[in-house]
Amino acid sequence: MQRIVIAALSGGLFGAGLLVSGMTDTTKVQGWLDIFGAWDPTLAFVLGGAILPMLLAWNMTTRRAESLAGTPFPAKPDPRLGHNLVIGSVLFGAGWGLVGLCPGPAIASLSWGGTGGVTFLLAMIAGMLVAQPIRVQIDRLATI
Amino acid sequence: MIPTDWIWGLVGGLMIGTAAAIFLLGNGRIMGASGLIGGLVDRTGLSNWQERVAFLAALVVVPALMLPLFSVEVSTNITSNLGIVIAGGLLVGIGTRLANGCTSGHGVCGISRFSLRGIVATVFYLLAGGIAMVLFRHVLGVI
Repeated sequence: MQRIVIAALSGGLFGAGLLVSGMTDTTKVQGWLDIFGAWDPTLAFVLGGAILPMLLAWNMTTRRAESLAGTPFPAKPDPRLGHNLVIGSVLFGAGWGLVGLCPGPAIASLSWGGTGGVTFLLAMIAGMLVAQPIRVQIDRLATI
Repeated sequence: MIPTDWIWGLVGGLMIGTAAAIFLLGNGRIMGASGLIGGLVDRTGLSNWQERVAFLAALVVVPALMLPLFSVEVSTNITSNLGIVIAGGLLVGIGTRLANGCTSGHGVCGISRFSLRGIVATVFYLLAGGIAMVLFRHVLGVI
């Protein structure tokens, strides 16, 4: 039960932060990526602001044995980068630029995004469903 | 004078980072939006589905409840071009699953622990987003 309450607290605060930061507006995201147009640096403040509490949080994990729920903290990720990290990030960035929505705001946009937001979310879910077979194909090509 | 948009961006960003800190210190989990929903979609994360559903539900409900507090209408300015919306959604869905993370997981949670994977992912999705803007806005003029 505690884990569910904490998850809801976190998700709710995430959504509220997205709304307050203005990341609901796709033109602000596209404005940040559009360095050759009317460049909008707002997203840098959002990302910078979000990293600050997490610097503290990661630091606290080094002084605690486990989380409040009693689960271990996430292990250091595998340092190997791999082709899927790069290919996936490039595809994600292209889609992010095209519409101005990344997964967090896309989910939250159910409350404000109208039909455009819902359509994007459904397409994103469809993409997630076909990602695994695509990964298998990429891995096969990569080993040739 | 600092534009108010930047200040609200910083305040909202601090809230997002605090949300990630709560999830990490409370549940020992990385707050990655694409991973939390993706694990339900492709059924790889069903073992802790309650936590995922609670997070995602609150992510939708809390902003919905806050909307009446905003005097100005929240405008999303999502393009009316349905083909672009669908193409963008597909790319984001496939890309974030292949890369195992998005702006929240790789960006917020990864960079703050100096993870090479998070930093590399962020560099590539920012580069690709910038190139997409050049290509689709300034060369092709479709967005």
